[in-house]
Amino acid sequence: MLDAEEVRTFVQGTVHFFETATGHPATVGSPYLCIDKSAVVQDYAGVIGISGNREGKVYFTAPRGMLSVMLMCMNETDTGEQNVRDLVGEVANTISGNARRDFGRNFVISTPTICDRTNASTAAATTGRSFVIPINWRSYAANVVVCLQ
Amino acid sequence: MSAVPKPRQQLRMMIVDDSNVMRRRIERSQQNDLLEVVATAVNGLDAVAKFKQLLPDVMTLDLTMPEMDGIECVEHVIKIKPDVLILVVSALADKATAVEAIEKGANGFLCKPFTDDQLNEALAELIGE
Repeated sequence: MLDAEEVRTFVQGTVHFFETATGHPATVGSPYLCIDKSAVVQDYAGVIGISGNREGKVYFTAPRGMLSVMLMCMNETDTGEQNVRDLVGEVANTISGNARRDFGRNFVISTPTICDRTNASTAAATTGRSFVIPINWRSYAANVVVCLQ
Repeated sequence: MSAVPKPRQQLRMMIVDDSNVMRRRIERSQQNDLLEVVATAVNGLDAVAKFKQLLPDVMTLDLTMPEMDGIECVEHVIKIKPDVLILVVSALADKATAVEAIEKGANGFLCKPFTDDQLNEALAELIGE
């Protein structure tokens, strides 16, 4: 189970990602505990499996429109399906990888699994209680979900 | 009479990342006239195969990739061309990972996410500009 300090690692990582990668800051709402094990998934989710000194999942989920605008802000002209799916995985990978600054190298992250509404219930389902970190970026809302034992 | 400095030869660069968005971002953002992107690769295995054929001078290299990760890729390409200049571009932000990459033969480490300026500074430093 995550403690408050550990949740802060993911909040800071998320804020840093948006500011640096897109040039537009994100605001983060109050993280909340989700005891429902079903997945909180918007149009797409990038799911990172965690192993090593912790077990669980970290995922980033966002609506398609937000991912398209993020690509544009990164000067990417191709906002097609492949790049949208690629980006959602890259955001999850970056936030999870940056967390090793605090969790150490034995916080082992997988390559991302990408899911959408059709397969989210299995790919992003968690085995325990999750912290949901709400993200507001421009006019969009997304979530980072962290479930660690 | 002072000697006129010889212009430096262009260096051939390979970009290795499993994310298409990241590969394109690096290719688009790098603005160093001395660097010419000659290939991209989607994982370590793909990178080693293309490296053997093209023998690039410079490589940007992600670490977390399927098939073969970046650390193993460094070990392979260093054996093929010991003087290749490798900039690891990874989200893995712990110091131990950066140290391991450098010990294996990488020459620099840039943490994701990065700005265009940070990428260009890291590449300039890598090639000694």
